[in-house]
Amino acid sequence: MTTQTLSEAANWKDGKRRLWMMGVLWPALPLISAALALSTGVGLFWWLTPVVIYGVLPLLDKLVGEDTNNAPESAVAALENDRYYRLATFLFIPVQYLSVIGGAWLAVRGGLPVPDILGLAVSVGLVSGAGINTAHELGHKRENLERWLARITLAPAMYGHFYVEHNRGHHVRVATPEDPASSRLGESFYAFWPRSVIGSLTSAWHLEKLRLERQGKSVWNWRNDNLQSWAMTLVLFGGLALWLGPIVLPFLIFQGFIGFSLLEVVNYLEHYGLVRQKEASGRYERCKPEHSWNSNHTVTNLMLYHLQRHSDHHANPMRRYQALRHFEQAPQLPSGYAGMIVVAMIPPLWRSLMDKRVLAHYNGDVTRANIHPPVREKILAQYGAAHPQSVEA
Amino acid sequence: MERYECNGCSYVYEAGKGDPHNGYPAGTPFSALPDDWCCPDCAVREKPDFVKLEETPA
Repeated sequence: MTTQTLSEAANWKDGKRRLWMMGVLWPALPLISAALALSTGVGLFWWLTPVVIYGVLPLLDKLVGEDTNNAPESAVAALENDRYYRLATFLFIPVQYLSVIGGAWLAVRGGLPVPDILGLAVSVGLVSGAGINTAHELGHKRENLERWLARITLAPAMYGHFYVEHNRGHHVRVATPEDPASSRLGESFYAFWPRSVIGSLTSAWHLEKLRLERQGKSVWNWRNDNLQSWAMTLVLFGGLALWLGPIVLPFLIFQGFIGFSLLEVVNYLEHYGLVRQKEASGRYERCKPEHSWNSNHTVTNLMLYHLQRHSDHHANPMRRYQALRHFEQAPQLPSGYAGMIVVAMIPPLWRSLMDKRVLAHYNGDVTRANIHPPVREKILAQYGAAHPQSVEA
Repeated sequence: MERYECNGCSYVYEAGKGDPHNGYPAGTPFSALPDDWCCPDCAVREKPDFVKLEETPA
């Protein structure tokens, strides 16, 4: 990647160009499952969405394999300016809203038995969770349109403050003990979930409070980005409650809970155990490729707009998804995010797969990892002087 | 007019424009920004990472 020529850029074709439209499939899954369940009368179809995400995607990742292809640097400007890629993310949004609103209507007016409604609520929740990923791509951009769409996309998951906290909180403190959204070695997903949910919320509130104070305004001001984003959720949920009755609210809140929990399990696996060292000046070293877990598994990358090329995203947060690069030196997960979120929900399995990878990454020196303080002594005894040779890649 | 560029994402701070969204109104000189002021676009570069550009006529 040193001498790129103009002809290289002209000759390079994005092999994934058309496939990026597959991202729209995810928010369409509850609609497809409803069509199948209603036309066949087979209630199990209401559970199609979680089966596809937790079962079929990991299997497809295994079958289709990895794609480490990077666009040559000389082709990046044209690739980023190609509006087709923006359209692919924009199209996610109407399909997402169709699933949320259609799902709410079916849950209330569909005359479905409770287990079917539960399947529907989990399905819609997984769409709201994927919406946070789409909002993530849009919310990093300079353009006002994309930034507004990001917040609209966050509303169903009740996670409007992500828009504030992710860019100005998480990106600033990523892979440090201070970041609530960076998981630590020895920390289970179930210990991480409340720490990240509460920590991100309070951090987002604090960031807006400081920003508005600098402007001489109170935090209770309509210019508060958190309040604006939460208002979108209130309008959506309130509107649906007026239309369908307040009985829709438990459905909406439950699916939102599933949605932001999907984000949190993805947060959990993105930086597990990785930490930036402090420089002599007291500042943390800049976020480098070695501070995020990556995956080149093609299918999940297509569904999540290259979120799994996470190292490049943290190094260059403004880079558009289609141009994100694979780095050889970035730590790699054994499977795509779709498979790893299932593993993360089973802590003993997660630790048996991932702790050794964190150790290998730090050449067996566990003291260089981001260790969860409550289990620090246990981790040091387990991976420290006791078994320095037991590390394998 | 003094101009400073983010060395990560090419955002340029101009004192004449300031960074009003983050509470630094137009006219705030770069030197008056706190050290932990971060790039309003990418947020992963802070004041010490910014590079002074050639001044343009005000």
